[in-house]
Amino acid sequence: MTSPGTSGSVDFSLNGKPVSVSVDPTRRLSQVLREDLGQTGTKIGCNAGDCGACTVLADGLSVCACMVPVGRLQGAQIQTVEGLAEAGIPNRLQKAFLHFGAAQCGICTPGMLMAATALLAENARPDEAQVKDALGGVLCRCTGYRKIIQAVMAAHDFDAEPLRAETGTAVGTRLNRLDGEEKVLGTDLFGDDVAGQGALVLKVIRSPYHRASFSFGDTGGLLVTTPGLIKILTASDIPGRNLHGVIPDTVDQPVFAVAETRFKGEAIAAVVGDADAVDKFDVSDFPVTWTERPAYLTPEKALADNAPLIHANRPGNILMNGIVQRGDLAAGFAHKDATIAEGDFITGFVEHGYIEPEAGLAQRVGDRLEMHVCTQSPYMDRDDTAAILGIAKEDVRIIPTAVGGGFGSKLDLSVQPYIALAAWLLDRPVRMTYSRQETMMSTTKRHPSAIKARISADKQGKLLSMDFNGVFNTGAYASWGPTVGNRVPVHASGPYIYDAYRARSQAVHTHCVPSGAFRGFGVPQSSIVQETLFDELADKLAIDRLDFRLRNALVNGATTVCGQVFSEGVGIKDCLQSLKPHWDRALSEADGFNAASDGSLRRGVGVAGMWYGCGNTSLPNPSTIKVAIRNDGQVVLFQGAVDVGQGANTVITQICADAAGLDILNFSLVYGDTDLTADAGKTSASRQTFISGKASYLAGQDLRKKILRMVNASEDARLAINGSKITAIDTAGRNDIDLAALPADEDGFVFTGEGTFDPPTVALDENGQGEPYAVFGYGAHMMELEVDTRLGTVRLIKLTAAHDVGKAINPTLIEGQIEGGAAQGLGLALMEEFVPGRTENLHDYLIPTIGDVPEVESILVEVPNAHGPYGAKGIGEQVLIPTAPAILNAIRHATGAVLRDMPATPEKVRNAVLRAKGN
Amino acid sequence: MRYFLPDTVAEATAGLAEKNYRIVAGGTDFYPALADQPVRDDVMDISGLQALRGIARETKHTRIGALATWTDIARAELPNKFRGLQLAAREVGALQIQNVATVAGNLCNASPAADGVPPLLTLNAQVEISAANGQRVLPLDQFILGNRRTALEPNEMLTAILIPNDAEAANSHFMKLGSRQYLVISYVMVATLLEADDSGIITQARVSVGACSEVACRLADLEAALVGQPLTTTSAVVRPDHLSILAPIDDIRASADYRLAAALEYTRRSLSACTEGLL
Repeated sequence: MTSPGTSGSVDFSLNGKPVSVSVDPTRRLSQVLREDLGQTGTKIGCNAGDCGACTVLADGLSVCACMVPVGRLQGAQIQTVEGLAEAGIPNRLQKAFLHFGAAQCGICTPGMLMAATALLAENARPDEAQVKDALGGVLCRCTGYRKIIQAVMAAHDFDAEPLRAETGTAVGTRLNRLDGEEKVLGTDLFGDDVAGQGALVLKVIRSPYHRASFSFGDTGGLLVTTPGLIKILTASDIPGRNLHGVIPDTVDQPVFAVAETRFKGEAIAAVVGDADAVDKFDVSDFPVTWTERPAYLTPEKALADNAPLIHANRPGNILMNGIVQRGDLAAGFAHKDATIAEGDFITGFVEHGYIEPEAGLAQRVGDRLEMHVCTQSPYMDRDDTAAILGIAKEDVRIIPTAVGGGFGSKLDLSVQPYIALAAWLLDRPVRMTYSRQETMMSTTKRHPSAIKARISADKQGKLLSMDFNGVFNTGAYASWGPTVGNRVPVHASGPYIYDAYRARSQAVHTHCVPSGAFRGFGVPQSSIVQETLFDELADKLAIDRLDFRLRNALVNGATTVCGQVFSEGVGIKDCLQSLKPHWDRALSEADGFNAASDGSLRRGVGVAGMWYGCGNTSLPNPSTIKVAIRNDGQVVLFQGAVDVGQGANTVITQICADAAGLDILNFSLVYGDTDLTADAGKTSASRQTFISGKASYLAGQDLRKKILRMVNASEDARLAINGSKITAIDTAGRNDIDLAALPADEDGFVFTGEGTFDPPTVALDENGQGEPYAVFGYGAHMMELEVDTRLGTVRLIKLTAAHDVGKAINPTLIEGQIEGGAAQGLGLALMEEFVPGRTENLHDYLIPTIGDVPEVESILVEVPNAHGPYGAKGIGEQVLIPTAPAILNAIRHATGAVLRDMPATPEKVRNAVLRAKGN
Repeated sequence: MRYFLPDTVAEATAGLAEKNYRIVAGGTDFYPALADQPVRDDVMDISGLQALRGIARETKHTRIGALATWTDIARAELPNKFRGLQLAAREVGALQIQNVATVAGNLCNASPAADGVPPLLTLNAQVEISAANGQRVLPLDQFILGNRRTALEPNEMLTAILIPNDAEAANSHFMKLGSRQYLVISYVMVATLLEADDSGIITQARVSVGACSEVACRLADLEAALVGQPLTTTSAVVRPDHLSILAPIDDIRASADYRLAAALEYTRRSLSACTEGLL
């Protein structure tokens, strides 16, 4: 036999250089690259070949490094993302990725690049189908894949220089993302990339049952019998509060459960030790005795009279009730000319499906705790971690790593309390990375919903009344359940005018994984209900479906369902009108196709509108941004808004550069460190461009004023930085400021500007009346698709997406949001459903691949508002909301099939088609 | 845990005679099945057995070595009767899987949804099984015994898949249905193989369906009904009762009723597509 290499080592070539490793030969290549060779460009998303993030080339072929035993690689040629660039200069493919915005969060980028490299080596000019075949095994949750396809197809001769923006024109320019180069080079550091050699590793012991009581066995004995394990953590080790939560009033989730677990996957203990010992530790060897108890997994069961209380202080297992109501509801249904559409709708749990599992590193520094972690909310992490450790919040420092997708779930704590506790108690660096199964079983999900709704309109199609009742499965702990419960009644109307409206929501605890924040906070679910019932109303009234929406669309000066009146900035009509020519074309093409079809394939067109309030609902949520000029002429933006791939680093800098009137090339970033950057709030609620962007605008203006004041230059003076000099030129002449000659603070800064913004809102009263948001974003999607009526499969042909963004700060990034959000929307509509205990991996839980996304045409509508920077509005969540109802409306248009149970899998579509045909 | 990387089949079978090994070829079933657990089995990595690589056209049969990957199949120059197998090769997982996963491993894993089984059944495939004390050959339908169960003894390994050189003028086809593109475990798979005489009358028909029974199976009644019919009427020949041998289950991916309906539709479509290469 061949032993693996000589003297127990395996020798192979990595990016053309010889390497030699002496490790367990069954160790996965992905782990060897990252842990033994320090090459962290190759990412691990699932360890099962389901996501392709770890794609590398082995002897020229793309393979998943997570399924290659290193023992067989003697003499092999391995190429990874680190080998693509020459001397740190991105190659053509990498430059094309940057230019087209093909990298958002960047976690899938190395895998995408390597899969594309293998393709391009054989076929320099692939067509779209060839690109899809080559990249079909790499999942991306951010981009919606379209820009990746563009980049790969253009790579063969791509040599365009990055776009430049002259001073004062950064806003509106398609600049490459400022943090993009690290992402395409594979050098960006994500949660699992920051730990040095020697950090201890932690593994969590989790409940295998939905609900169980438990008792520990001889945990001390385990430490004795398992060399390398050095600590077992349970609730009794927590010095502070054994609770965490994102909303102060409803903090309820234990770090470690005590006596009883409330969902499958809940933590009860953790083991800490050397990496090797913890890797080899089988959690089924942990000494614990479980006693399974009856679990209540649905609101229906948890609301029943005999159901036990999941939390003693929440009667009836009800977390909260929400309501918005105005007008005479009954009159709108009793109206003599009322036409009514109504129905019961169901949606399931949806998993965020970011490709980066939660990961981080904690270390104790004196009497402080420092943590590098992938998070959407560094300041909230800081405060909650401090409470758990029982120390002052200033004594916790959170340094966000690059975040490989968040979509809402990385607002909540995941690995943080465990690694913080271990590092604090052991005074050693401690790291942890969730496995794919752990992230899927234990982190928050989109709320399942059961919604009953009824809408009436008069003969002219004018909306009369809408009555909406939604019950949401909020799982075992509160998380963002109250936020979802509050958002839904405010938004369930859609951006339309009603005579009367009542929307009630209820969040109910069950023994399921907690539901939390997921792009849209419940509004995607309510939008499915309202927008599909609109189509039924329009058809009953024989009114064109787009026209029906136009007749009822909100306008400036109209009253919303919360009684709010916007004097400006309401852009839904503009969005709907921009779709009109596309709508006419698409309807005519679908009619033509169907007339020629034998009925087995039917085409349809659907449209759906959307609105979404930017920022917290009637709650303060300020952001503060600082900017400063150093005596060497460098402009430093202290940017605390977490960039989860959406582009906050780039957009917030573009805004500041123009507000200050400085060249964006002079800027560098200090990013997201709670010791260095002010609180820019959490990355959620589509608030970063709008709120942190406005703070950045104010900071830039503040800086500019201070510069101009020093030389008495006029407000319209042009500023330029040359070396350590600033030149200000206005009609009165030219003034130079020698920065090096100015008094500087201890960091060398000579000018500083600061901006804080908190959007004005008014609290909602007991009827949900008030001013929940200073600004809404608006949009409408039109989907063209084809249904295979015998199989129920749906092929998406084209999405035309119109979004009122107020001002498109960076059109490429906004298109990226639209394409990526739409891909998540199509997942919600057609394939995604998380079933606790059943779909805890990425081959049973399906998210869209590169082969599932349609062509996307984005229409950026700019109806400015007075609050946002340059009139800008949020876009992050707006993009997902109308996709699913547009798809459902198109299926119904194509076939008559009415779908009210998500996801609309082929089986459900086929059954609905049969029902529509009357058999 | 022991790791054994043999150079020759003789070394491998000698090793198997001594102790139980978990055999790893492509690794695409072995590693995902670990989930979060460490490796505890003794592992025999057969990737070094050069004799088991490649696809060879021999006098009596076509030999698919146990290390032939799906990419090897997809890229091979083969007669049209292998087209169904080649279509299946392009639908196994995604390219990164096809580049390392072996056809033989797909059979040994014995999943009811194994992509390779339906097309290999229509090719009347046999498997060559080797042990230290000799070889035996089994028809594929006697090799896979049930869900995750095969006729392989602990001291044996699968060394080749043998396709008899018959029906050389046949055309074949394969279709797989799931709820997304790429990386999909199917609801239903259908493989068809047809041969016809000069006047377009079917002389040989083989149809198999996967993911609708514990082991994929041939539809003998339908095959009998197709022989003697013109190529132009294949879909009309197919009747629901031809699929009565199937016993699909309800699971998280689809209900039994849906699988049956889709199998019927796909059988018709695959037959129709299969005739296109013959007309």
